[in-house]
Amino acid sequence: MPLTRRELIGLIALTGVGALVPALGVARPKPLTKPIPSSGEALPMVGLGSWITFNVGNDPVARDSSAQVMRAFFDAGGRMIDSSPMYGSAQDVIGYCLKKTGNTANVFATDKVWIADGKDGPKQIAQSRERWGVDRFDLLQVHNLVAWEAHLNTLHAMKNEGKLLYVGITTSHGRRHEELERIMREHELDFVQLTYNVADREVEDRLLPLAHEKGIAVIANRPFRRKALIQRFEGKKLPAWADEIGATSWAQFLLKFIISHPAVTCAIPATTRVDHVRENLDSAREPLPDAKMRRRMVAYIHEV
Amino acid sequence: MFSPETYYRLFELYNADVWPTQVMALGAGLGIAALMVRGLHRRGRAVATLLAAVWLAVAWGYFFERYATISLAAPYFVWGFAAQAFLIAVSGVLLGRLTFDDAKALTGKAGIALFTFALLIQPSIGPLIGREWSGVELFGLAPDPTVLGTLGVLLAADRVRWELFIIPILWCAITGTILWVMKSPEALLMPLAGLSVLILATYRSLKLRRGLVGI
Repeated sequence: MPLTRRELIGLIALTGVGALVPALGVARPKPLTKPIPSSGEALPMVGLGSWITFNVGNDPVARDSSAQVMRAFFDAGGRMIDSSPMYGSAQDVIGYCLKKTGNTANVFATDKVWIADGKDGPKQIAQSRERWGVDRFDLLQVHNLVAWEAHLNTLHAMKNEGKLLYVGITTSHGRRHEELERIMREHELDFVQLTYNVADREVEDRLLPLAHEKGIAVIANRPFRRKALIQRFEGKKLPAWADEIGATSWAQFLLKFIISHPAVTCAIPATTRVDHVRENLDSAREPLPDAKMRRRMVAYIHEV
Repeated sequence: MFSPETYYRLFELYNADVWPTQVMALGAGLGIAALMVRGLHRRGRAVATLLAAVWLAVAWGYFFERYATISLAAPYFVWGFAAQAFLIAVSGVLLGRLTFDDAKALTGKAGIALFTFALLIQPSIGPLIGREWSGVELFGLAPDPTVLGTLGVLLAADRVRWELFIIPILWCAITGTILWVMKSPEALLMPLAGLSVLILATYRSLKLRRGLVGI
């Protein structure tokens, strides 16, 4: 009896042959994508964050190690890499890795503007672009609502001039959600980035439904609360029913929960490990949990 | 903002870059210790000169050239450490306010013990808890032992020069916070040491005000 695609993927994961797939030159199945509501462009449901992990300064060994992570990310079908001028040397290191891996043209370059005076925004953006070594950013976001009115004007002007594809805004702080909601209601946005994971679900009440209603793409940051959620479940067994959602690790369990929310476009876990970046990308594959399974996942997490 | 691996790896790269400056730094530290315990003429000024030099070295060599590659806060620390070098130079070298003629005092002995700890023992803590010896943090090159050693010198001085305590004590709180965020096992060392120095310095200051010496 011939195997179905799903059975084949399951078999590959089960036997560990998956790790050999790139070495054998066999194409890995591409991660699932979701359309960006404002354009319809398909975006892989798992991206790559760079907070802390890519801030390795001038350490040549760590830079090359980051490049390996990035190569594995692109090989596995990833596209969105997210950074910020706030992340120390991360932008420089991303630029180094993009050049070294030859992926400057493939990346969905996502960065932020983070400076108190709106007048300084364009200069900071130009500097960020230079550090990345890209012709233009795909998405620029106002970081943590800093001087957001002035920066949104700058970003919209760039978009109108064709120097930017998408405009967004971010927050990692629950206390800023009311303000973020107001901005989402009153301003034109392509993306919003916020914290969403199985333990931080406040955004399910208002912000995610609002994003869905207004056609704003959602990037979920802090999917593992840095490492805290992974560490919390370390040593604990996945539930027996985890294979029903195709999760073979806690990281995949946590990511599948996030990206299966109808309003979430993608999650951006950060990592310094090649095996983890592959594992993260593998979360964006069928099967994903449905609404009933998502409730079961939340209940299980509380139980654990 | 950065991982513990990146933070501690910075010291490994730093030590490799500046070798054999470590020998000079150790020499400066031993020189300061010797000057504090031996009754040489104008030794206060010599101690202050060496101390100002190592603060400048840390400001430039560590914060400006290395730490700035991983932290946006580095410029503040560059200025802070340079300002402390300036304060030590003015107070200790120009005005001669750092003297060490009362080494028998309790605080004098505590100060010399603290300085010796910063110079010889504190650098070995990291390697002893599993980090690389090549990343050893040394007095005169790395901020923590430099700050702790300086607090030892200030405590050993005859008079409590509060203006020279401000930046080192602030650093004890800052580095404690950084290490605590990184979950480093020795995160409490610098804040506790800073607090102990503050208590001892206050004690000495009060005793001196009452005209008591030898305490």
